[in-house]
This record gives sequence, structure tokens and C-alpha cells, in this order.
Amino acid sequence: MTERVRKLREQSLQAVPTLTPERALLVTDAYAEAGCVSAPVRRALAFKHIMEQRCICLNEGELIVGERGPAPKATFTYPELCCHSLEDLAILDTREKVAFAVSDDMRAVYRDRVIPAWRGRTIREKIFEEMTQEWKDAYDAGVFTEFMEQRAPGHTVLDDKIYRKGMCDFKREIGERLAALDFLADPDAYARQEELRAMAICTDAIVTLAHRHADLAAECARTESDPARKAELDTIASVCRNVPAHAPASFHEALQAYWFVHLGVITELNPWDAFNPGRLDQHLYPFYVRGIAEGTLTRESARELLECFWVKFNNQPAPPKVGITAAESSTYTDFANINCGGLKADGTDAVNEVSYLMLDVIDEMCLVQPSSNIQLSKKNPDAFLRHAGKVIRKGRGQPSIFNAETVVEEMLRQGKSIEDARNGGTSGCVETGAFGKESYILTGYFNMPKVLEITLHNGVDPRTGKQLGPLTGALPELTSFDDLLHAYKRQLHHFIDIKMRGNNVIERIYADYMPVPFLSLLMDDCIARGKDYNDGGARYNTNYIQGVGLGTMADSLAAINSLVFADGVLTLADLIGALDADFTGCEKTRLLLLNRAPKYGNDDDKADMLMREVFDAFYDEVNGRPNTKGGVYRINLLPTTCHVYFGSMTGATPDGRKGGTPLSEGISPVQGADRKGPTAVLRSAGKMDHVKTGGTLLNQKFTPQLLEGEKGIDNLGHLVRSYFTLGGHHIQFNVVTAETLRNAQQHPELHRDLIVRVAGYSDYFGDLGKTLQDEIIARTEHSGY
Amino acid sequence: MTGTIFNIMRCSINDGPGIRTTVFFKGCPLACPWCHNPESVAREREIVLRDDRCIRCGDCIDSCTSHAISARDGVIVTDRSLCLRCGDCIPSCYAGAREAVGREVSVDEVMHEIVRDRVFYDRSSGGATFSGGEPFLQHEFLMALLEACKRLGIHTAVDTSGCTSPSILERAAPFVDLFLYDMKVMDDQKHTAFTGVSNVLLLENLRRLTAWGKEVIVRIPVIPGLNDDPENIRRSGEWLSSLRTIREVHVLPYHTSGTEKYARLGRRYALGATPTPDQLHLATILNELRHHISRVTLGG
Repeated sequence: MTERVRKLREQSLQAVPTLTPERALLVTDAYAEAGCVSAPVRRALAFKHIMEQRCICLNEGELIVGERGPAPKATFTYPELCCHSLEDLAILDTREKVAFAVSDDMRAVYRDRVIPAWRGRTIREKIFEEMTQEWKDAYDAGVFTEFMEQRAPGHTVLDDKIYRKGMCDFKREIGERLAALDFLADPDAYARQEELRAMAICTDAIVTLAHRHADLAAECARTESDPARKAELDTIASVCRNVPAHAPASFHEALQAYWFVHLGVITELNPWDAFNPGRLDQHLYPFYVRGIAEGTLTRESARELLECFWVKFNNQPAPPKVGITAAESSTYTDFANINCGGLKADGTDAVNEVSYLMLDVIDEMCLVQPSSNIQLSKKNPDAFLRHAGKVIRKGRGQPSIFNAETVVEEMLRQGKSIEDARNGGTSGCVETGAFGKESYILTGYFNMPKVLEITLHNGVDPRTGKQLGPLTGALPELTSFDDLLHAYKRQLHHFIDIKMRGNNVIERIYADYMPVPFLSLLMDDCIARGKDYNDGGARYNTNYIQGVGLGTMADSLAAINSLVFADGVLTLADLIGALDADFTGCEKTRLLLLNRAPKYGNDDDKADMLMREVFDAFYDEVNGRPNTKGGVYRINLLPTTCHVYFGSMTGATPDGRKGGTPLSEGISPVQGADRKGPTAVLRSAGKMDHVKTGGTLLNQKFTPQLLEGEKGIDNLGHLVRSYFTLGGHHIQFNVVTAETLRNAQQHPELHRDLIVRVAGYSDYFGDLGKTLQDEIIARTEHSGY
Repeated sequence: MTGTIFNIMRCSINDGPGIRTTVFFKGCPLACPWCHNPESVAREREIVLRDDRCIRCGDCIDSCTSHAISARDGVIVTDRSLCLRCGDCIPSCYAGAREAVGREVSVDEVMHEIVRDRVFYDRSSGGATFSGGEPFLQHEFLMALLEACKRLGIHTAVDTSGCTSPSILERAAPFVDLFLYDMKVMDDQKHTAFTGVSNVLLLENLRRLTAWGKEVIVRIPVIPGLNDDPENIRRSGEWLSSLRTIREVHVLPYHTSGTEKYARLGRRYALGATPTPDQLHLATILNELRHHISRVTLGG
């Protein structure tokens, strides 16, 4: 690591996340001045106003320039979506985890200008107004969460187009499309015109931002006394002059072009998963080869530029959330997840020199942002996997590993072209997408065990006594396992209907009121269709509901099936009595459930087939239903940190889990239930049909010993490759000892650097809540194998 | 065909190459006091008590027909002198405080478990390892498993002290891809004193295996005060250097991880006070062995 990078990294680590009212004020002004314009144009004018007026900065020593806010980790707010109250600001300022400093000035500005302008007019308030009472009841009960109530739909990744084209090219295409509009034959011509005009405004706005940085760099260069830095500043000025206005001409320009685009997307709105360059090693490789050949780039200078780029991601905390949304993903991480390796569009091995360089950068930077993964194809060399394994075993949870073949197959099943599938990858936590061409929206987590709890109480949520679901059978009517399963499926149908009705309304609210012309111009085929990303402009429009608690569900059903219906050791009434008592006075019953029933994760077909039963029920209910953008719903199985929140809302479950404790996460077995080692877990997880999902998340926690030496790296590789032979989608590793974690819990000050894999991302252990910390400690340690 | 085993461990990475499934046979003709698997020695089923798991429900008391279990001051006490090891107390113990070690299983049951991880063996050049105890003590069962593995093309390893007749060894050898061969001490008097068995047959069987060209990894446990003297190490090295086809020598330092197991079986651990060997001493031993044989590694 160069001295420059060391300083920039240190500065990033030291920077305190703050909130800045700048964007809130600019967007408020822009809306007030917009007058009688269409929604896309209003959004574009606001974007333009922000890009022209916002403070910009140049940090000492940096090579890649541009921050979202006026300084590293200064974070915008988005009052048009969700206007923070003064109480929200106070909570954000003082909360123990994931806090944001709020100045008195910010408070005053919010009190006097922002809150009066937006209160009662935000998307969040509109969404809650439009939701039905049964939606609100289910939401309050913790049956599902809602992603779009304070962050915008995003969940998308860029492809290679900005490395081939500049904003001037995009603007020309937009102009051609505008000229070709047929107002006689196309009833939507006017709507398309407005969207395309808005896109054109945005192309200019982002170039304005770049040119302002060019001017600032040039000005700094004039007063810079150090000739070396002066030369760098001149280079920065010329880079910002050229990109993103024109296609990048160098490795440096390619990175800077992406970064301005990234800033544009995360300033326009606060989309989920920020934004993401996707297959970065593929995009950069041509620039790398050319730079090396021309002698303008070395491996070392490329590494330094990449590392400067990495720091930029770490400088942008996720916009702060409040309420349930904060609980479901409490983190500064904004889920930009850079892909490495995989397949080229023609189906050949995509690993190149930049892939290896990126692995070195991930290793050296040791930052929680950006997240990173490798797309591992059977065509990729073992050397690539071993290289990644050496980074993974350091225990920072990065990179995670995806099965490139399964990812491609998932997309083919969804009807994508083979080239679009191979050019895609995974983002966020584990979500599969066709990069640059797909809007793949996660709409909310779904609490599968909560629905079982409601089923066992004939539609009533025992936590509140409210009748949330239909009457699907009181206990005496549930005389067989099939009766129970049938009742569960009816409840599932009921709650998925509620969720989807809500989704279909929320989706239209975004389409009508919150178009994103800047993001749209980047995504095929929004320009060609003259349609916004939020309105179905993308080539592919997929919606997801994320199932949570698969392991808890499988083990609960296995316990009921074997102990109640097969062996008759326990009556259903006694079981529910014990659950209602949270096992108080029924410890023997809890131990019976815990120790004498089959458990998912042990390669035991009795439990694993019930896991499939749960999977199929969820899949059959969700998969293929239409959304409002011409696409359909799919399922994926990932929790972020929502298994903790859902657990807190769910009483004791028939697998012996006590009420209020976390559910199982992703497709991992219940914490501690897997007793036969990693191969049995992988075999169990391999029994689900991963191709029918858009992503599954499997966490494996290893102690460092298991991965020691060359043999340890071999074994890691064997486990991964074998799991992928079984069809697995994704696997990630936590490499720490439980002792280390307990120590870190007691002495957080000594373990500030401890990064663990949480769900689809890594985070600082000290930043996690105590419950989540405990849960990570409890995840089975596969030591001693 | 059935045999008695006490464990099947999947994802075993220290009992031969690659990712393996290790089947632990119950029963051993040797009685090494340092054994870290004390449950492997006796051929018959044993009862393990895990007091830390006991919730004092007392259901085991009624289940015991020989009145070996009683409650004293709220603590469940088991009189092992009355215990018939019938295992009748185990089904009622949901807490897992009472467990049986040793179960009779068929060849099919074991093979059913072994084949589950074939995808991992294929990828990692792993396979099945038969360990113990002494697998050759149940040689018919062992033969049946070895033959079954070979029919399926699964790599086989046998972890043995070599305490079996040469004819049995000769019958098994074609079905074994790799022998993990324990060598404890060269001096026969000491060997007899420590393990209760002479080493003459054991060393001769090792020579036979190498003469047949079988691949062998020799494993030497280093037990402070018993076999870690320079004389024994030198003699071990010399003996090994006289043999062909010794693939590797693994030096396994004594460790105390079995201590708790003795207590749970109600046995005294004779080596309770033995310290683990220090690094410097281990380095000396490795160096000495490397004078005689090229591939010597610590652990394995």
C-alpha cells in the first residue's frame, strides 16, 4: 500500500458519518421553482440544480475525486421520500449503533425549512396512507417488511456501456429517439418525450458536476507548491474534463467515469444497494492492457488507482434509516458488491490479470465497503479460487463466492438471453441480475415462521391476540401433517396476497411520482422505450420477496411431523401449550424438540425434504405472479439482518427455539443445529433447487485452524467446488473463533478492526447489536474437522 | 454382516488425503494409556454421562431396572458398579446427559453414510478411512466395507496398529489404498509394558505391507517420558529408513483433549499430569527423523 493510499484509507476510517441538509434544501428549492412540468422533468431539474449548486471537495492526495456530500461520510437526506422529524434526527445523532452526527445548524434548517416544506407530502406518508388496514396489521406484526417506504427502488448494477460511451453519446441517442417519436400512432408519445427530455437534462447535469471538479482541480494546481501533486491535479482536471462527457481513454478515466455516474445515481435518489460497477475486472481489463502496452500504466499504478477508488465507496455510508427499516438492515454498508471472475459473454473463462489485482486490493484495503465477490465458474482456474481463498481465510468475510453456472442458469430460466445472463452477476447480498439491463427489485422480507405461528393459532397472532389470517383450522381439526401443511399454505397465500397488493400500489407511486431519469438513461432499454426505470423501462423487470427463516421452518415442521404425527410422543395441543408458555416449565419438551427431531443441515432427508416442502410452498405462492411493470415475481432467500428483527416478533417455535431469539438466516441451518460438519450442511443446502431462485445465502463459519496452510486452502476450494457441483448459488465464510468474538463483545475497544460476515455483507463486529453479536457467536463453529 | 462402531465423522481432513469420512470401529487389542479416544478401547457398548447437560428431571431413575441411578441432594448419581450398560435410561434423557457409545451397524448402513459425500471425495481425491479402535479386530466387517468401497471406486484408508494376523492383512491389502500405521515404541519390553502387546508382530506386519508395495503413512505419537527419548526416536528412524514405500511420517504430539472423555466414562486418566511436548523438543525429534526419512511432518 502506498503512503497516499494509507492516508486516504486512514482518513476514511476516521471520518465521522454526518448528515448534511444540503441536498434537502436544494431539492426543496428546485421543486418550488419547477412550476408546471411533468414528473420526470421535475426530477431532472432537481437533479440539475443539485449538481450545479452542491458543495464539492477535493481531498488531499486523492486521485479519484468526488464525494456525495461536502466531505467524506457527509450524507445527504431525501426528504421527498422520507422527511426525518426532529425526533428522528435526535435518534440518529445519539443512537449507539450506526449513528450520524447532526449539527445544530442542520436541526434548525430542518425545523424552519425542510420539515414545513415536506411534512405530509412525502412518498413514505403517501405509501402508508394507501396501505390497507390488513397490510398495516401484518406489517406491524412482523409478517413482512417494506423496502420502499424510505429508500427508492434500485437493486441494479451497471454494465460496460459507460466505458464505451460518454454522456454526449447518450444525449445524442436520446435526441434521436425524441426525433423519432410518433405523436400520431403512439398514445404514449408525450410521456416518452417528457422522460427523454428529463434524461437529456441529466446528461448535462452530470457533466456539469465533472467540470466543476475539473475547475477545482485546475485551481488547486495553480496554487500547489509541490510539483508532483501539481502534476496530479492537472491530470485530475483533464480526466474530469473528458469523463463522463466522453468515453474514457485510460484506466484512470474509466474509474473516474464510473465514480461520477455512481455519485449521480446515489444523489438522484437513495436507491437500495447504492449503485455498483458490477463486473469491474471485465470493464477495466481493456484499459489495463492498453495502459501497460503504451507504458502509461504499471501494475502498481493500477493498484493505487483501484485502491483510491475503493476508498471512495467507504466514504459513502448508507443513507440513514429509521424504524423497522433500520432494524432490518442496521449498517453503514450500502451493499455495493463488486464482481470478479466468472464468464465472458461468449461463455469462456473471464478471469484476467485485473481479477487477481482486485483480489489483492480487497486483501490490502480491508474495508467494509465496497463489498466484493467472485463469480466462480468451472471454467475459472483453481489458481483464482486459491488466490481468493487466501483473502477469505483472513476472516473479513470477503470476497464471497458465487456459482457462475448457477447464476447464469437462474437468468436463463427467467427468460434472459444467454449473453445478458453471462454479462450479469450478483449484487447487494446475493441477488442475481442482468447487469445494465434489469431492474430487480427486492420488495420486502417475509417471515415464514411467523406464518406458521399464526397457522398454529388458527389465524391469530398470539403476540397481540389479533386475528390476522383466515380461520384455517383449530387444533382438533389439524389431525394430520397434511392438514397442517394445507392450513399453512392457505395462510401463506393470504399474507402474500396482502404483500403483493401493497407492492403493486407502491410500485405505481414510484412510477408516477418518483421517476429516476438519470438512472434510467444508464439502463437498457429505457432510452429506446422512452420509459423510466421505475416504470418498466428496463429490458427485464423482476420483483422479489425474500423468504426468511427457512431453517427454523424446516426444523419446526420436522419436529411436528416426527414427534407429533409419526411417533406420537407429543400432542399438538401440548406442543402449542409449551410454545405459548415460551417453554417456561416445559424444559423437557424443549429438549425433546431440540434433540430428538430431525434437523436441517445434517444431510438427513427427513428434515431436508421438509426444507424443500417449505421452499416449494413459498416458491409456488410467489413465483410467476405479475408485477405492474411487465415483469414477474421471483423468490430469493436472504435475510440481511432481518432474521433478528423477525425473531424478535415471533414467539417460541416447534424446533425448540425460544421466543424473541433470531430466526435462522438465509438458507443456513438453525444456529447450532448442524452437527455433522460442513459437508453435511452443503449436502443439505444442495437439496434445494437454487436455479428456481434469484439468490440464496449460505453462511459457513470456520475457525482459522481449518484453513491453515496450503492444505487449508485446498480444502476450502474443495468444499466450494463440491457445493457448486451440487448446484449451490452462493457461499461465504466467517473465519474467526467464538472466543475471539466473545472477547470482542466484552472489549470492543480492543477489536475495532474485527470484521465479520453478517449476511450478504461484512460489517464491523462492534457496530452490530448485542443480539446479532450473540447470534453470530452461536452459529456453528466447524472447528476440529 | 454387522459391526460395532462408535462414530462416523464426515469432513474429516486429518485421516488421509482430501476430504474423507472416517468410520471409528469400537474395540482395540492395545491399551495405550495416552489414548485420546478412550471410548474406542472396549468392544462393547458403554454409557457416557454428561453432567453438564443434566436438567435433574429424574426420569432416568425410574427407567433403570438395576437401580443404579439415584438422586442425592438434587443431583443425579449413577453407580457404575450396578450399571448393566443396557442403555434403558437413554431414551428418556432428552437433555443428552446420558448417551450410549457404540452401536451395532450393518455394512449397508455405513456405506449409506459413506456414499453421501462422494461429490467431496471426487473433487478432493478423498475417500473413506477406517479407524478405531483397531479396525482389524472386526476384520470380516472391515473386509466387507473395503470391498463395498472398492466396488464403488472410493479411495480407502485404514488406520491401524497392525495388530492382526499376516493372513488377514494379506487378504485386506489389495482393497486398501493407504495404510495409516501407528508406531509407538521400538523397544519391545517397553511396548509390552505400555500397551499390553508385543510389537514384534506389529513391526513385521509393517515390513510386509511395504514389501507388498503398499502405500503407508507412519504415525508416531510423541508421549513425553514414554517414547520421546533420543534412543527411541533414532531407532524408529533407522527402522523406517530400512523400509520401502513409506510415503510420509507424521509426528503427532501428545495432547490432553481426551481428558474430559475419561471422566464421562467414569474412568481415571492415567496420564492426567503429563505435559504436552514443547516445540523445541518436537523440533529435535523431527530433525532426528529427517536424518533417516525424507518426508516427516508435524501433525497430519
